[in-house]
Amino acid sequence: MIFVEDKEIVIPGDILADEEYNSGRGTFKENNKVCSSLVGLVAIRDKKISVIPLQSKYIPKRGDVVIGEVTDIRFSMWNLDINSPYSGFLPASDVFGKEKRELNRTFDVGDVLFLRVVDVDEVKKVKLGLKGRGLGKFRGGILINITPTKVPRLIGKKGSMINMIKDETRCEVIVGQNGVVWVKGDPAMERVAEKVINMIEEQAHTSGLTDRVREMLATLLGREPEISEDSELESEDTGSEDTGSGDISESEDIVSEDTESGDVSESEETEPDQENNEDESDLSKNEG
Amino acid sequence: MIIIITNTNLNSGTETSGRANNRAFDELRNMKIEAGVLERADGSAYLEIGGNKVLAAVYGPRELFVRRLMQPNKAVLRCKYNMAPFSVDDRKRPGPDRRSVEISKIASEALTPAVFLEKFPRSTIDVFIEVLEAEGGTRCAGITAASVALADAGIPMRDMVVACAAGKSDGKVVLDLSEIEDKEGEADLPIAIMPRTGEITLLQMDGHLTEEEFEQALDLAINGCKIISEEQKKAIKNRYGD
Repeated sequence: MIFVEDKEIVIPGDILADEEYNSGRGTFKENNKVCSSLVGLVAIRDKKISVIPLQSKYIPKRGDVVIGEVTDIRFSMWNLDINSPYSGFLPASDVFGKEKRELNRTFDVGDVLFLRVVDVDEVKKVKLGLKGRGLGKFRGGILINITPTKVPRLIGKKGSMINMIKDETRCEVIVGQNGVVWVKGDPAMERVAEKVINMIEEQAHTSGLTDRVREMLATLLGREPEISEDSELESEDTGSEDTGSGDISESEDIVSEDTESGDVSESEETEPDQENNEDESDLSKNEG
Repeated sequence: MIIIITNTNLNSGTETSGRANNRAFDELRNMKIEAGVLERADGSAYLEIGGNKVLAAVYGPRELFVRRLMQPNKAVLRCKYNMAPFSVDDRKRPGPDRRSVEISKIASEALTPAVFLEKFPRSTIDVFIEVLEAEGGTRCAGITAASVALADAGIPMRDMVVACAAGKSDGKVVLDLSEIEDKEGEADLPIAIMPRTGEITLLQMDGHLTEEEFEQALDLAINGCKIISEEQKKAIKNRYGD
């Protein structure tokens, strides 16, 4: 027996289904009943019920790419705030190799870096690294924080949403898996991008978002909504329309299939690195 | 002269929310809950019940800097209950006092059983309960609001804790005591429950009740909690335009 529909909003303690269903993320089992533990949207896959949260904190995971701010400099490492309950550290050896140099000459407190989560240990120490394409320090630009669970929605299917923002505002946009977004471009355009990104966060659980984003971009840029250059994108989006609010869960699926880092680097105009391991070995060769 | 006027005002004011104003023994005061009212908090809620106005804010899970409080296997839930100086008729001296320290403690203990703290080891969840206006039953209002704020913050929970008081006033067992009923009544019994399973997470009693009266008051309070619980659910669903 199931008591909810797909994409329905549930709250903690809601009973979702009987024992014949399996409990996925955001749910728990009690007395043979599957219950929701979060405020979120129900996602039903075969016999597995999950709840996609509408609000969450970033929990670091190995392989994620994140945006962090340097908060402290120690003897041999930088401490970084990665918008998470657990702060990260970047060992100096990762940047300098065996060489000894002054840390604050390279990155000072307040610098914003684009990093990869190298490891998360049992005591939740988050080891970060800079080895990889496009990783490093940001110069200029603005930072926008969104809820990490809405990152897939911001990126869109195969990066459709993020590419639209980039094309329209002519800004560089980089999204960290931890919900931090870096935008750089013309200051007026940065504001436009910020407004659009905040709107996406607010309405991530609704359907037909791509169209509203396009409309909003057009009005903010002072153009008629009809003059949208990419008709090709349009057709792709109308295809995704019928999935409606499910988009968030659709993209969530992509996340669980471990292409999330691919998504982000795509938005960053590097190749999607689905084969993380290969990629990494390549990079270490480059470093050597 | 002025004193007389304020007195009459006060009397009429309390009468509208008192049992004198045709409130049935098992009737709650009017209430309103709103979720997501604060921009900077991870989760927040505003609650009005009768003359009470309470704000709750949740921050976290976030890094815990007090190392000695850190739990290696779970998060710590810290609560802070505070009454604004202007929340009561006679100005309350700001800062923590014995009462607010007690309520902070019981609020965190009432909420803890519902939260999956083990999902966020070595971190903290901070809950702030601010009473803007008080008119009897602020601890229950605070716990109810805090649980909405926790849900709003996306913190995984077994159930949404809800609190309500019952008691004895004028020799009758009644639900949801007002300030006057609490002060002049014989007993006050605030409880907090997890409505789905009916588990009690808080039970306090002040005053004297016989065994039957206690049972009666407890049943009354549990029913009150269930009504408030529906309001909590509505508040969260309203936030997302449902």
